[in-house]
Amino acid sequence: MNHRTVQAYQRADGSWGIRNHVVILPVDDLSNAAAEHAAALVPGTLALPHPYGRLQFGEDLDLHFRTLIGTGANPNVAAVIVIGIEEQWTERVVAGIRTTGKPVAGFSIEGNGDFRTIEAAARTTQRFLQDASELRREPTELAALTVSVKCGESDTTSGLASNPAVGVVVDWLDANGGRIYFGETSEITGAEQIVAERALEPSVGAAFLDTHRRYVEFIEAQGVSLLGSQPTEGNIKGGLTTIEEKALGNVEKIGRKASVAGVLRPATTPAAAARGLYFMDTSSAAAECVTLFGAAGAALHLFTTGQGNIIGNPILPVVKITANPRTASSMAEHVDVDISAVLTGAMSLEEAGQAILGIMHRVANGRLTAAEALGHREFVLTRLHLTA
Amino acid sequence: MDRILAHRSGDDVAVAVDDIAAGEEVNGRCLEGGDRISVRARDDVPLGHKIALNDRPVGSEIVEYGVAIGEATIDVQAGDHVHVHNLGSIRWRSSQRPAPAAASQR
Repeated sequence: MNHRTVQAYQRADGSWGIRNHVVILPVDDLSNAAAEHAAALVPGTLALPHPYGRLQFGEDLDLHFRTLIGTGANPNVAAVIVIGIEEQWTERVVAGIRTTGKPVAGFSIEGNGDFRTIEAAARTTQRFLQDASELRREPTELAALTVSVKCGESDTTSGLASNPAVGVVVDWLDANGGRIYFGETSEITGAEQIVAERALEPSVGAAFLDTHRRYVEFIEAQGVSLLGSQPTEGNIKGGLTTIEEKALGNVEKIGRKASVAGVLRPATTPAAAARGLYFMDTSSAAAECVTLFGAAGAALHLFTTGQGNIIGNPILPVVKITANPRTASSMAEHVDVDISAVLTGAMSLEEAGQAILGIMHRVANGRLTAAEALGHREFVLTRLHLTA
Repeated sequence: MDRILAHRSGDDVAVAVDDIAAGEEVNGRCLEGGDRISVRARDDVPLGHKIALNDRPVGSEIVEYGVAIGEATIDVQAGDHVHVHNLGSIRWRSSQRPAPAAASQR
């Protein structure tokens, strides 16, 4: 296959990235302003503002730190400036990112104010950016990249064509020693046995079913149902009727052959050398899910849509695939791969999979995705419960 | 030209890949296996929406992908548009919709 070799950045920890971002990462909401001002002083860097990071506790706080550290550690990121209101939490994020060996520095605002913090952060940012600009791409295997998959604003064309075409890619990556993530716990309701039966070992299937069961118990404990949220209004407009139907279409993304090698908590990674297809316990909301995959080291994301979800991510190129011919024409600026010819029989699923691999190859080599070109940078942290 | 696609042989529904008007006889195929399918539409069925291939009485399972995607909430006849007005989730049952006395065995 001619898509095999790509030009990518190898990081100090051995991981491969396809972008070279210098990120300014706020620890908390209060530090967004300083992060954005520092980024404005050094064009070409990327601030990642978000609304959280104060008075969280327990598993919710652990997930917050894991997501920030994982985002900084992502192989698409060359260097990181961390800015927080307090020194201790700032240093915790810095220390986490430092284990990758990439350049990282932290700045705290208390006792310094925004002006002094912004100046100090901007000076280090400039140095990191100039150093990062000297890094060069080197040849590696496409399957050396960690790839994540998710669908959004799905319709029946997702289950008929775009998801099984991604499944062709997932099977190819898995067979070639790749690492792949899928998630969307709620949207597997009705298809969970199909996933469990694909487990590499019985313990993995049991862990997956346990994760799904705990999610369902959480919903039931609230005394509510997901009817009205799942399927979404857009799903229903596109012809999807029930959660079972949506889930059966969803799991087409994991192909036919790849086994599920493990179950991951949100924003965690398997062992460094581990390859294969992993399920991560995530929200089915697009930006939350992709942000968690990015925090687990995904370098490239495949996103299928029927009715036209427009999500992007600041550090992770999101390749948008649709098999809905109306979406492909009415929302053309958002679509990287149009495989609607599968519906008419003019294109096979295998050919659709090859078309996706072809775009992955180009995006890995540096071509901007539609979402990148349009400035879609949805960075959304998952929250688990109330603050203190 | 194929205007409907079913996932598996034996599915109760197929997906319209073109806008279908009530009264039209439409043809298509199963994605797995390639079996030919045809039905006369009783309703308008927009692209992406489902059309019934079999009669399904109220309370019986409706199968797509070879498995149940829900149950008929009213009697469904071959050729009907199948959507939220006549198909409901079994897993997440609406509180307005009581459980049927006996689900059919298929």
